[in-house]
Amino acid sequence: MLKLDRTRIENGTFTLAADLEIPPSARVAVIGPSGAGKSTLIEAIAGFLPLVSGRVLWRGEELTDHLPGKRPVAMLFQDGNLFPHLTAAQNVGLGLNPNLRLSDGEHTLVAQALERVGLTGMESRKPAALSGGQQSRVALARVLVQGRDILLLDEPFAALGPALKAEMLDLVAELAAESGATLLMVSHDPNDARRIADQVVLVAEGTAHPPRPTAELLDNPPPALKAYLG
Amino acid sequence: MARRAQPLSPAAGYGAAALVAALILGTLAAVALRAEAGQGLSAADWSAVRFTLIQASLSALFSVALAVPVARALARRRFKGRSVLIALLGAPFILPVIVAILGLLAVFGRAGWVSDALALFGLEPLSIYGLHGVVLAHVFFNLPLATRLILQGWQEIPAERFRLAAQLDAGPRAMWQLLEAPMLARIVPGALAVVFAICLSSFAVALTLGGGPRATTIELAIFQAFSFDFDLGRAALLSGLQLVLTALAATLALRAPVGEGFGTGLDRILRRWDGRSAVARGLDAFWIVFAALFLLLPLLAVVLSGLPGVLSLPASVWQAALASVLVAGASTLILLALALPMALAAALGRPLPMEIAGLLGLAASPLVIGTGLFILIYPVASPFALALPVTALVNAVMALPFALRILVPASRDVVQRHRKLALTLDMRGWPFLRRVVLPRLRAQIGFAAGLAAALSMGDLGVIALFADPEVATLPLQVYRLMGAYQMQAAAGAALLLLLLSMGAFWILDRGGRWHAEA
Amino acid sequence: MKYSVFAAGLLGASAAFAETPELTVYTYDSFVSDWGPGPAVEAAFEEVCGCDLKLVGAGDGAALLARVKLEGARSDADVVLGLDTNLTAAARDSGLFAAHSVSADYDLPIAWEDDTFVPYDWGYFAFVHNADAAAPGDFKSLAASDAKIVIQDPRSSTPGLGLLMWVKAAYGDEAPAIWDGLADNIVTVTKGWSEAYGMFLEGEADMVLSYTTSPAYHLIAEEDASKAAASFAEGHYMQVEVAGKLAASDQPELADQFLQFMVSDAFQSIIPTTNWMYPAVTPAGGLPKGFETLITPEKSLLLPADQAAMVRDAALDEWRGALSR
Repeated sequence: MLKLDRTRIENGTFTLAADLEIPPSARVAVIGPSGAGKSTLIEAIAGFLPLVSGRVLWRGEELTDHLPGKRPVAMLFQDGNLFPHLTAAQNVGLGLNPNLRLSDGEHTLVAQALERVGLTGMESRKPAALSGGQQSRVALARVLVQGRDILLLDEPFAALGPALKAEMLDLVAELAAESGATLLMVSHDPNDARRIADQVVLVAEGTAHPPRPTAELLDNPPPALKAYLG
Repeated sequence: MARRAQPLSPAAGYGAAALVAALILGTLAAVALRAEAGQGLSAADWSAVRFTLIQASLSALFSVALAVPVARALARRRFKGRSVLIALLGAPFILPVIVAILGLLAVFGRAGWVSDALALFGLEPLSIYGLHGVVLAHVFFNLPLATRLILQGWQEIPAERFRLAAQLDAGPRAMWQLLEAPMLARIVPGALAVVFAICLSSFAVALTLGGGPRATTIELAIFQAFSFDFDLGRAALLSGLQLVLTALAATLALRAPVGEGFGTGLDRILRRWDGRSAVARGLDAFWIVFAALFLLLPLLAVVLSGLPGVLSLPASVWQAALASVLVAGASTLILLALALPMALAAALGRPLPMEIAGLLGLAASPLVIGTGLFILIYPVASPFALALPVTALVNAVMALPFALRILVPASRDVVQRHRKLALTLDMRGWPFLRRVVLPRLRAQIGFAAGLAAALSMGDLGVIALFADPEVATLPLQVYRLMGAYQMQAAAGAALLLLLLSMGAFWILDRGGRWHAEA
Repeated sequence: MKYSVFAAGLLGASAAFAETPELTVYTYDSFVSDWGPGPAVEAAFEEVCGCDLKLVGAGDGAALLARVKLEGARSDADVVLGLDTNLTAAARDSGLFAAHSVSADYDLPIAWEDDTFVPYDWGYFAFVHNADAAAPGDFKSLAASDAKIVIQDPRSSTPGLGLLMWVKAAYGDEAPAIWDGLADNIVTVTKGWSEAYGMFLEGEADMVLSYTTSPAYHLIAEEDASKAAASFAEGHYMQVEVAGKLAASDQPELADQFLQFMVSDAFQSIIPTTNWMYPAVTPAGGLPKGFETLITPEKSLLLPADQAAMVRDAALDEWRGALSR
């Protein structure tokens, strides 16, 4: 269980309050108006933003003071998920060992992960030689080898076309299901949420609300969400 | 489409580069053409060439190698007085040579503070004179520059990369592989080339700290050819050799693959999560303290020796200070007029010719440029009347390579990042320059302008060849005071010069970063 | 002569149209500085000449000659003041200088006969040290001692060249051996006098190459008797500073008048406490108080100009060879 215990998060002049729990292996969409603080919530869980008050706990263990790399969290950003000077395989290998000193077994894991995301044969390409969708797949392959309990997506597929985005979301859902990871994804598209999320956290008016089942929330949206959905 | 559409034309930059090349090569040609039949290069000249190459290479290597950990420490630590320290670290670079030598000797000399401290323990005084002394002095001058360049490299890494690295739990080795090494691969060759070029034309420092005629550099050989032998041909030949060596070094250094760069980032406020271990903290603290002591102690010596004299400075010193401020202002404007178009041309097209044109200004012997200009100006106007404008121009050309190192990478990023958007908006030429380039480059422009102003303030430049008694810049006045046994007034004037240079640098550098997170 | 490009074009020539005649004298930088003889000399000469005396500083002595050579016959200069006997041979060979008409009763330790250059002051090179420390009495005992000295580079500095000639004049073919012996005493070699003297004052060396008159500066201007010059048994090499009239001067009479003025009391009495050298013609009032404390070498060394020019390059090679090891 991921618990945000009466947290207040500061991002510049903006603050967000969150007091909620997310069950293990849940697939949660974080939705809400633009600028409401969806990314702020995700970044606080990842450890990029400090808490003003409150605690973040995973399975009862407090993460609040852990550095980002020491949390059981893998994250994909809107952009900048790959190092342009490293090959696809190296970018994936970073998930196993940031020094890139990999054992034979780990090399096999990297190859398997790339195969799993459908990039066999592209191991030695650099990001510039890959399409947008392929770049996303490399990043996902890295998430896969990281094997973290929590997967945070901050709209990494926003730049992809609808079909490609749907494909990537399905892949994410599959991978999360295989590993049993808890997934939190920022989205501004309710269809994304319906597609892979079983629960939704609504972020609006400075508050991140506790998760509610996707269909229930989207079918009977509260006023804040209604205004956003139009 | 044969050529990629660009929002700006590189023509202005090519024009500026041609102007710089014409100034340097034209003055060299003017000197060569005035030459009567002289002798070619002697064995002594060749040994000067050899020594120059050795000391310049070592100086460049040590300056840059030490700058790497210092810049790393400064890049990831936040502490009170950090920005003041960074500004102060630039000071050695802008000191007049004679003042810097005396400051260095006050710390490292036979009767310096270090030797005094050694004597307390019954140890022999430090011997600074020799090749190691030359390198030490050149590191003193150039470590701050190299540090600033690498620090800027750190700042150009998008915040997203640090976040990603933190997410991956990157340790020191991984930080090195993922961020630092690729950044250094981009920055270090240029930094090496600049420091090498600066040290190539060293003269008084190399001679004094080198301990004697062993430490004869090409520039001293040029000086000798001029005023000892009046052999203009040999002077031109040696100066040409200096230029060729610089161009070679620049080509070698800058042709090395520069890597892919860091792609785009979204100017987030830089926050870092690495380097929290006790070892990393300790090492960073060590490097910051090392750099601060090494660079600031000689400055402290300059300040201490200047304090008694600074309150009773003669009026002529204030006049000279005013002249220096004017020259620095003009020099800064000229520099920006040359460097900005050149940086943009480098970003739009072929960077190497720009870089080489810039470095030539640094490697060219001031004596040859000055004499060449004198020969060219003399038939049409009084060189005295033009003393200050000419000094401003030459100082600007000397500062050009630094400005290019600062402006080129950032210009490249701006052009790459905004080219397409600008083209779709049909934003070309002046609007692109004014709305995109200048605002995006403000921090770099401020830094470059500050450096140019400070350098111009502190540089003796060519004014010594042109000046009449009524026009002297502050550095020239410092020399004149020393020549008249007025050591205390000279020390006071040197302190004033230091304050003015630092002030100009600080104001311009700050101005560039005002309300902007660099 | 504040002419711009335009004015020059319009007027054709510069000084010819000036209301008062103008005499342009090129000299070295420290002569024209506020503490040098320049300001007083200008005032004194303008009182008697009905002209405008323009003193122009152009680097040091060697740079001065290079400057005049660069400008050639078109030079604005009427007089060049500040060459020494190491430069007069080259200056004469340039053909730019004209014979003078000055007659004076010089107080120089040597006889002066030169139809082109007029001496205005002179001095002896010497090693200056702190008065409370013992000083060696000749080059050989200096070489044998562990005293540390700072000297100037003969290629870039007048005293540096003076020392080169000093050793050559005193020891001839033995000069390389003297330099060999001195090598371990020499802390370093500087570009110019200022660096070396500054280093000495900072305590970086026990002795510095300067002039026998240097202690007079400290004594008279700073009331500080702590500096002394070491008297060397070999004798001391002299520097004689001279001025000459340019053949292409457009004010030849005024130039002659200036050269004659230069050896008069009005000029000569300014020299000791501004240029810190001995006047070429001792003024009626004698030397300023304090000069009597200076050492007076028993033997004055000076190679004649043409001989100095001849031995210079070989002496430089010997110097460089000995100190490069």
